Amino acid sequence: MSHEAVGRGRFRVRIFRWSALSVFSVLLAFPFVWMAITSFKQTSDLYNVENNPFLFNETPTLEHMKLLFQETLFPRWFLNTAFAGAVVVLITLLLAVPAAYALARLTGRWGERLGIAIFLVYLIPPTLLFIPMSRVVSLLGLQDSLWSIIAVYPTFTVPFSIWLLMGFFKSIPRELEDAAMVDGLTRFGAFLKLVIPISFSGILTVVIFSFTLVTQEFVYALTFISSASNQTIGVGVPIYLVRGDVYYWGSLMGACLIASIPIAVFYNLFLDRFISGFTVGAVK
Amino acid sequence: MGVARGAGRLGAAMFAPALLYMVALVGTPLVLAFLYSVGDVKVGTVGYRFVGLQNFASVLQNPTFRGALVRSFVFTVGAQLIVIVCANILALALVDRFRGRGLVRFFILLPWVAPISLGAIGWKWILDSIYSVINWGLVQLHLVKPFEAPMWLGEPTLAMLSVIMVHAWRMLPFSTVILLAGLTAIPKDIHEAAAVDGAGFWRTHFQITIPMMAPIINVAVLFGVVFTFTDMTVVYILTRGGPYNTTQVLPSLAFFTGILGGDLAEGAAISVFLVPILVVIAWLMLRLAHRAEVV
Repeated sequence: MSHEAVGRGRFRVRIFRWSALSVFSVLLAFPFVWMAITSFKQTSDLYNVENNPFLFNETPTLEHMKLLFQETLFPRWFLNTAFAGAVVVLITLLLAVPAAYALARLTGRWGERLGIAIFLVYLIPPTLLFIPMSRVVSLLGLQDSLWSIIAVYPTFTVPFSIWLLMGFFKSIPRELEDAAMVDGLTRFGAFLKLVIPISFSGILTVVIFSFTLVTQEFVYALTFISSASNQTIGVGVPIYLVRGDVYYWGSLMGACLIASIPIAVFYNLFLDRFISGFTVGAVK
Repeated sequence: MGVARGAGRLGAAMFAPALLYMVALVGTPLVLAFLYSVGDVKVGTVGYRFVGLQNFASVLQNPTFRGALVRSFVFTVGAQLIVIVCANILALALVDRFRGRGLVRFFILLPWVAPISLGAIGWKWILDSIYSVINWGLVQLHLVKPFEAPMWLGEPTLAMLSVIMVHAWRMLPFSTVILLAGLTAIPKDIHEAAAVDGAGFWRTHFQITIPMMAPIINVAVLFGVVFTFTDMTVVYILTRGGPYNTTQVLPSLAFFTGILGGDLAEGAAISVFLVPILVVIAWLMLRLAHRAEVV
């Protein structure tokens, strides 16, 4: 191949890359841009169909944000979500970290089978379980309480976390633990004092992952919680910021934007590890 | 020997809490889902009466259910077709390192990493019957006349199309990132060897890259199908299954029947129709994982 042909090829690759990327970035990020524009526009500007909706035809305003923070339950939903997220993360760690270690190291041939079973549990969707789960929740006396989702959310955070951590623990050389045990630690002691500290980044992935899943869940929170003040952001904003049939689009879009961006930033940082949980076996 | 048995006991003790939790809160509702679907249970009633396949017979006679069953497949296949084609293109565009890649990746990932209920309400505003920005654009381009602009969520075919597009929007980043993981794993020298042999981009792509990516494409599609077939969030927020139940899918119909309508048994029967698909997917996934281990 001549140099010229290679050069032309590279140029074409560039054109392909940047046209594909610009088209898809615009399509995929547009709703969030639109939320930003909408939430700072005056109401009269939003609802004037003569106006160019991309421009601020009247001066930008903070009135929607004020309404959101002062007259709606938005700050409450924020706290509810953060609290539920923190407790679910704690429960997930307590259940998943030891279980994953047991499957990776201690249960031998059974470990592999149980690992696959755990993975299959992750495939059971909330929309199959939510009807009987609502009975279970009321049996536990948790209906309409934030604790209902705290009790139920580990059903999806635990299986995926075990699955992720299992791969992580398997990649730690056995010799490290053997050496620690020769030095007088018990197996469990080696797990606590050696394995957990060196698995810090894997455990952090599970923390972030479980927390973001809590913020993203919709079906269970919608099903179990009926008071607006006990809701999370994911249900509170789209369901309870609408009064009757009236959509307060300015505040609604502001709420969506404020809640989405921090979650997106965190998730983005840990995404590659999260994806590795799905691709185990298919990528080597 | 003693050490191994000790390790086994410790293993059991460390696994037990997670196992107990999952038996209680996944196992119990799963068994109940099947029991409800063959029983007579309503909100506010006590007791349980076995009624056999009566609930299934009753939902199968219901045209709304039959519509939702068909639509669930249309929804899943439609959204996944769009996703897999676009994800291939996007993954190819993102595979090499270039300046600004991190930022572009962040924008592209937004629909997946932000909560879907919030993204969907954003679309509800974009597709609004009066203030839709899409319609404003169409009017400016003289493609439609004002006052004749499409009612995206108010007209059955358009509403179904909107629901599919929004779900594809949500799933595209997920599949892209999975394909990207597969694409990065293909050794560079294979492409170079193909180039030396005179294979052009398209030939290399279809005869080398795609076959090598087959397992990872399967992974993306299988998870994509699970997450689409069992989802009700997009439908619930955009249309509530309307207009006149024309965008109702199985999960959303189960919600309206079982939770809002209080007919737990019939709701459970509708949900149980998700099971055969999930079983097939699980089987395919296990086969895929097994093959990856053997090869």
